Formats: sequence, structure tokens, C-alpha cells
Amino acid sequence: MTALMTTPPPAASSRELAHLSDESLLSLVASSDENALAELYDRFGRVAYGLALRILRDDALAQDAVQDAFLAVWRSADRFLAERAKASTWILTLVHRRAVDLVRREDRRRADPLESAPEPTAQTTAEDEATLGFQRRVVQEALRRLPPEQREALELGYYGGLTQSELAERLGQPLGTIKSRMFTGLNRLRDLLAQAGLEESLRA
Amino acid sequence: MAADPHSLVAPYALHALDDEEGRTFEEHLAVCERCRRELAGLREAASKLAYGAAGPNPPPELKERILAQARGERENVASLPARRRSWTAPLAAAAGIAAAVAIGLGVWTATRSSESSALAKVLAQPGATPIPMGDRGVVAVAPNGDAALAVRVPPAPSGKTYEAWVIRDGKATPAGTFAGSDGTTVVEVKGHVPRGSVVAVTVERSGGVSRPTQKPLAATEAVS
Repeated sequence: MTALMTTPPPAASSRELAHLSDESLLSLVASSDENALAELYDRFGRVAYGLALRILRDDALAQDAVQDAFLAVWRSADRFLAERAKASTWILTLVHRRAVDLVRREDRRRADPLESAPEPTAQTTAEDEATLGFQRRVVQEALRRLPPEQREALELGYYGGLTQSELAERLGQPLGTIKSRMFTGLNRLRDLLAQAGLEESLRA
Repeated sequence: MAADPHSLVAPYALHALDDEEGRTFEEHLAVCERCRRELAGLREAASKLAYGAAGPNPPPELKERILAQARGERENVASLPARRRSWTAPLAAAAGIAAAVAIGLGVWTATRSSESSALAKVLAQPGATPIPMGDRGVVAVAPNGDAALAVRVPPAPSGKTYEAWVIRDGKATPAGTFAGSDGTTVVEVKGHVPRGSVVAVTVERSGGVSRPTQKPLAATEAVS
């Protein structure tokens, strides 16, 4: 029996990577393929940055959160393989976690996290812009269609970085009510996005 | 506060628990299949909210910084702690414990051949599926039986080697040997990996053996 090839394998070229699924890219990242990480960043970096900026309201901190998250992807992609999530969910969950950790540490949570994010600027191709703008509208529309108290719980929690207890205090509601608004709100959001038949258009 | 831990799943998906509540829920999660399932769905919904915040492009230097640091870490990979804790840790542990539970990893279809690494080559085949080896790594299997494994094992001690096996109906066929490394080792799995078989790795004497003498240190579930 002959010894087989061992790592590091030569990295795939970026042209080849463009055709791989997000999940396949993550398996390559798990084998320390730097080009695969670059490709994942090209796919999710902008959404990640937009999210971090919305939560942190500070460019330098938002960049820190995105950098931390992508390095966590780099270091722990092998863990992802043991899970049942989509790659996009896994990556954006890491970004969200970092941003929320940072906003709590910096105590930068704003009184009004409901204010929406800045409009996209025209730094990319018209096609990218159109796709992202469309996805953004889809999600915002789904949020608008939630009962206001559910939308509020999701927005203050997800974009505002508030804990459930802080939310309960702020809204003057029992903790159980907050939990159930979050639960029902997330389930309804999922249904609304699915109903709109827009699952495929969103990477997450 | 002694809340029903099941009720923490949505706040957890939104990262709306404080540190202590988070830890409590993660302990629960490791033993509660229902919550793991529910969390997967809620987390997917929550992560879509990210698109609602889409805004301007990040500065181009950010990508360069990330890649430079990743490169630096790979070069120093031996000095990194072998296991880093992350939010995925309890899930990975749970997946290890419940090795018999089939794990649906979603759609892993790649559309085009990538010449470069054994793993990329297999994953580029339509219908190729990655199958976790607990938290040790992954085996990618294509419908035609081609397979490659990526596994995190340290360099084999002197006089020893890692040996891959394709196990079917209780019979183990040698599928190649490899030395291990400080990072992740990617190797082609020799021979054919049919449906219903399991890919495993054992430590054997140098040169390899014709049937395994040790317990597997990593193994997949049956290939579906």
C-alpha cells in the first residue's frame, strides 16, 4: 500500500471555486484552503458588514466583528461539518454573535435600534446591487407583515442586541411574553419568507 | 430563575440570552434533540434578518486583513489550541454522542470539477455528499463511489501510520495510509465507497495492515 497525498493540497483557483456551493467551500476552508475563504468572503462579506454596522453603528467596530467572524469560520470550519445548518446560516450566525458580543461589551446599544440601515451605495455592479436591494426589501417587507409586537421583539433583539431580560424591562412585559413573541415571530417570519417563494433568492 | 429550558430556544437563536442563560441553554441543547432541531430552523430564519440590514460595501482592506491573518494562522497552526470553543461546540459534541442519528447537512451539490485537491475533486461531482466523522473531519463521497477524507489528526507516532478503511457488511477493505499533520490532512479514499458502507480511520503499524487491528479513532455514519 502506498502513502497517499497529504496536506496541504494545492488550493483550487478562484475561477473553479465560483461554481462550488457554499457548503463545499466550507469543507475546503476546513482543509485550510485560503482561496475558498476568500470566495466565501466575496459571497457574504457585504451582508456581514451591513449587519455588523446596523448593530454596532461604528465602522471600525463593525469591521472588527466581521474580521473576528471570518477568522472563526477559518478556524472552526471543521466543526460546521458536523452540523445540520446551511453554510450561510452558520456564517451569518457567527457574524451576528460577534457583533452582539461587541455591542454589549462596548455598551453601544442605542436607544433606538429600530432605525434602519444606511442605503446601499453604488460601489458594486448593478446586478449585485439589484440582488441585495431585492433581498433587503423582501426581508423588510416580511418584517412589516408581522404583528407589531413580534416585529419589535425581533428587531430589538436581533438588530439591537438586547437580551430578553432587557427587552422585558424596556417593554414592561413579563419575560415569558418576550420569549413567546420571539418564538412566534421567528416562525412566522420563516413562513412569510417561504410563502413569498423567495427562499432561493436568499442565501441565508 | 428556573425557566423551562425549551423556552429559551428562540432567544438563543437571536443571541438574546445573557452569558449565564446561554451556558444553561447550551447544556440543555447537548441532550435535547427536539431543541437542536428547533434551533436549526429558528436560526435559519433569524440569519435571514441579516439581509434586512444590507448596506454599503465594506472597505476593500477588510478582506485583505482577514486573508492575511488567516494565512498567518495557518503557518502557525501547530501553536493553535487543537480545539477551540465556539457556539457550535455543544452541537458538535452532541453530534458525536448521537453518532447513530442521521445528520441532514442540506444540499451539498457542487456543479463543476475543480482539479486541485482530492476533496474539491470529489465535491465537484454532482450529488457528492460530505459525511461528518464525528468532530474529527469529514468524508466527501460522490455517487460513483469516489471519496476523499479531510481529517484532523496529529502526525502519527514513529513506527505508526493512519489507515483508512471502507467497511461494508462487517468487512473492512484497506483504503490507503497517511501520516497525519499539524493541520487537516486531506487524502483520497482508495477504492470504491458504496452506499451502506462506513469510512473509518485507525492507527496501524507503518506500511499499513490488511485488516484493522485497532478501534477506529474516526468513523462516518453509513453512506446513504
